Amino acid sequence: MRYLFKTRYQQDLALMRHGGDRMSYGLLLVVLLLIPAVLGEFYVGELGAVFIFAITGVALMLLIGYTGLVSLGHAAFLGIGAYTNAVLLEKGVPFVITLPASGATAALAGIAIGIPTLRMSGLYLAIATLAFGSIVGTVFQKWTAVTGGFDGFAVPTPTIFGFPIEGATGVYYLSLAVLLFVLWISVNLLRSPIGRAMVAIRDSEVSAQSMGINLSLYKTIAFAVSAGMTGLSGALFAHYVRFLAPDSFDILLSIQFVTIVFVGGLGSLHGAIFGALFVRLLPQAIAIVRDYLPSAIGRMPGLEPSIFGLILVLCILFEPAGIYGRWQKVKLYFNSFPMYRRTSFRRQRAYARSERLR
Amino acid sequence: MEDAARLLQLVVNGAAAGCIYGLIALGFVLIYKATEMVNFAQGDIMMLGGFFAFSLIAHFGLNYWVGALLAIAATAAFGFALDAVVLRRVIGQPQFAVVMLTLGLGFMFRAAAGITWGYDSVGFTTPFTNRTVHLGTMVLGEDSVSIIVGTVLLCAALYVFFSRTRLGIAMQAASQNQLAAYYMGIPVRTIFSLIWAISAGVAAVAAILLSPVSMIDVNMGFLGIKAFAAAVLGGFGSIPGALVGGIVIGIVEQLAGYFLPAGFQEVTSNVVLLATLILRPQGLFADTLRKKV
Amino acid sequence: MSLFAAQELAVRFGGIKAVDSVSFEVRQGEVFAIIGPNGAGKTTIFNLISRIYNPTSGRLMFDGQDITTVPPYRIAGLGIARTFQNIELFSNASVLQNLLIGRHCHARASVGSQLLFLPSTRRAEVSHREKVEDVIAFLELERYRDTLIANLPYGVRKIVELGRALCIEPKLLLLDEPSSGLNVEETEVMGFWIEDIKKDLGITVIMVEHDMSLVSMVSDRVMALNYGRVLAMGTPAEVQGNPDVIRAYIGGEA
Repeated sequence: MRYLFKTRYQQDLALMRHGGDRMSYGLLLVVLLLIPAVLGEFYVGELGAVFIFAITGVALMLLIGYTGLVSLGHAAFLGIGAYTNAVLLEKGVPFVITLPASGATAALAGIAIGIPTLRMSGLYLAIATLAFGSIVGTVFQKWTAVTGGFDGFAVPTPTIFGFPIEGATGVYYLSLAVLLFVLWISVNLLRSPIGRAMVAIRDSEVSAQSMGINLSLYKTIAFAVSAGMTGLSGALFAHYVRFLAPDSFDILLSIQFVTIVFVGGLGSLHGAIFGALFVRLLPQAIAIVRDYLPSAIGRMPGLEPSIFGLILVLCILFEPAGIYGRWQKVKLYFNSFPMYRRTSFRRQRAYARSERLR
Repeated sequence: MEDAARLLQLVVNGAAAGCIYGLIALGFVLIYKATEMVNFAQGDIMMLGGFFAFSLIAHFGLNYWVGALLAIAATAAFGFALDAVVLRRVIGQPQFAVVMLTLGLGFMFRAAAGITWGYDSVGFTTPFTNRTVHLGTMVLGEDSVSIIVGTVLLCAALYVFFSRTRLGIAMQAASQNQLAAYYMGIPVRTIFSLIWAISAGVAAVAAILLSPVSMIDVNMGFLGIKAFAAAVLGGFGSIPGALVGGIVIGIVEQLAGYFLPAGFQEVTSNVVLLATLILRPQGLFADTLRKKV
Repeated sequence: MSLFAAQELAVRFGGIKAVDSVSFEVRQGEVFAIIGPNGAGKTTIFNLISRIYNPTSGRLMFDGQDITTVPPYRIAGLGIARTFQNIELFSNASVLQNLLIGRHCHARASVGSQLLFLPSTRRAEVSHREKVEDVIAFLELERYRDTLIANLPYGVRKIVELGRALCIEPKLLLLDEPSSGLNVEETEVMGFWIEDIKKDLGITVIMVEHDMSLVSMVSDRVMALNYGRVLAMGTPAEVQGNPDVIRAYIGGEA
């Protein structure tokens, strides 16, 4: 085990805890940068999609895992980002403007839904965001003048200072850059007063108020930041799919996003990344396994969603801390071998509220 | 006169659709009151109930009434088993975990139904299909009327059950105070499983009543989202509230479809839901509660 | 000179008068205890002062300012900190994070500079940390600094909650049953902390308390309540000897 001796308060504010962290994250980044040179187009595209989902995962983690506000309507913000980006690009606005504009539009939408839902408690908020999501989904379908309705919308190829961002590789690097940016912003938030206020709201609203935290303000900030990040992810999503269909931003997509947060592990940014990897790569894994199964099972059309549901159920029943929680346990097991005790991780109250509505 | 009759017909059709929403919402509320869980798979349980009835009636050729009763019993048994095997384990976990769990179960039910019955819409003939009742100048489909009558009968039966029978009163007691009920010798865990069974059974009734009006398919569970609107409108803890909420949603939806441009009908229930929550963040008929410090 | 004053304070919930025209003044630098049987309205007064409840009538004055209509999140910034009867810590955060949240009312950084973690935010964070470390040293919490609240024993949580209130650097500290859930020894230690807070930090304290030994040990003046009304006010010995107070505790109409 590594023991860290802290000599300055600055060390607790640093992005990386020690040299070992810097080493491993640096190595990971180098590997990620080299991947497009090694892997085929298909895998690069899929990894790009993982990054895009990870951005949304991080955004939702800030909202659900850190602020304790459940949203079942994040697909709407993704869609708002995607359509803003595509429509502006179509009008000839350069990509360096449309990308931040997508984030900003989605953030405004986040404020618009955040303010009226401020007084709602956990479960009602989840239902309200569900309703919001499906209203926005219907708007995408009916507002044909802008979205093209069911004819769809072909997304123009973006260019950054004259360089076109083309194909899976372009989207891959772009998404990686945005993901790193979003992670950096999230870490900044979490080590500043806003992040602590969010955690305070999650754990006890009454006491947060008595500590001088303006609940309305910080819930709105959390909604705006989360929606804004999701908007960025939506802009990238538009380039990943290249053709926007209005019914792709539905409840099922919102549920997938929440699954990222939940399966990954509530209350950690690592969890959001693990969750995104899981949700995006599971279908691929199933597709690979399918070929080795007897055809009666392998050809069943419902295999993928049923496995998806099964894993979600098993995860909640047996590992409420998610993949990241499991990973930490495994790490501790090896670090403290042979001294590991099962009780090292007594089950604690998870990071979600339980408030009875009568 | 013409307009008035037309309007009345819309209201009746809306009320019929609303009864279905109300019945699904009733399932939410029963389970919520007892176990503090919100069952996002309620709509999917209804879908399973519909398919059970389809198999028994269309496939095995049973009489409509026999098949319907068997399907309701089978769905109720399924609800009981679901609680006993899965949901009992998560009592006391955060609400959100339960939401995700039932969402996951919903995925599995839909996939399982797709594998078993396929992804096409199916239906079976009922005694009410394509028949009409004449009420003065009004022509009403017997299907709509049967839904309304069926809902009223079911509610009356449930009312008698909860207020007159030993088991029903034990269920009320367990819902109000688990610990006290337990000390009074009520087997609370079995009671909870029975409540799941009742709400699954009610969902099956909803599916069977609905079957003359609309086909059964894998995605019919999404009706459950409209039922949320009904439950919230009714205050989430109130059984009559859920039914009234459902009927209000159903009627408003029909009227919106008639008077407003296309597209509005689909969002009506959600708009009503959001508006309700914004105006009364704790639900329409609920008292505001505050955490005690 | 009085730091805090409640004037004819009243609140009703439905038909029940939880607090009924209660007036009292708290002097700068004293420990003021509120005692009374269960349901006497002690905690309700705290909730009125921290603005979680709105009074039906009456006024709250603090430091020469009327705070009757100030929103609840402004109270900490004015210099009023509180603890809760059943501990309302942020249980999935570390002790350090909890104490830093106590510094929230002193945070001035803009949203943008926090998102980018500009040097100004970094400097502010370090200075907050220094203040928090002072409190950690004062309450001897060093060994728990990075422990999650959920993993702490009850007695330590009480001290952490006290520390979180001190991080606000309050002028007035409201302690809601500081001894509840503590054993005799821990209660005595709590008494020493309260004395230190009064003497070393010069903070005025209002506390709601059941344990008369703690009340006699630390408080300068005591107010006894029953059914939302003031029964007696004076030194601990005076109030304890007051026949109305004895009757309220023992019951009966004698």
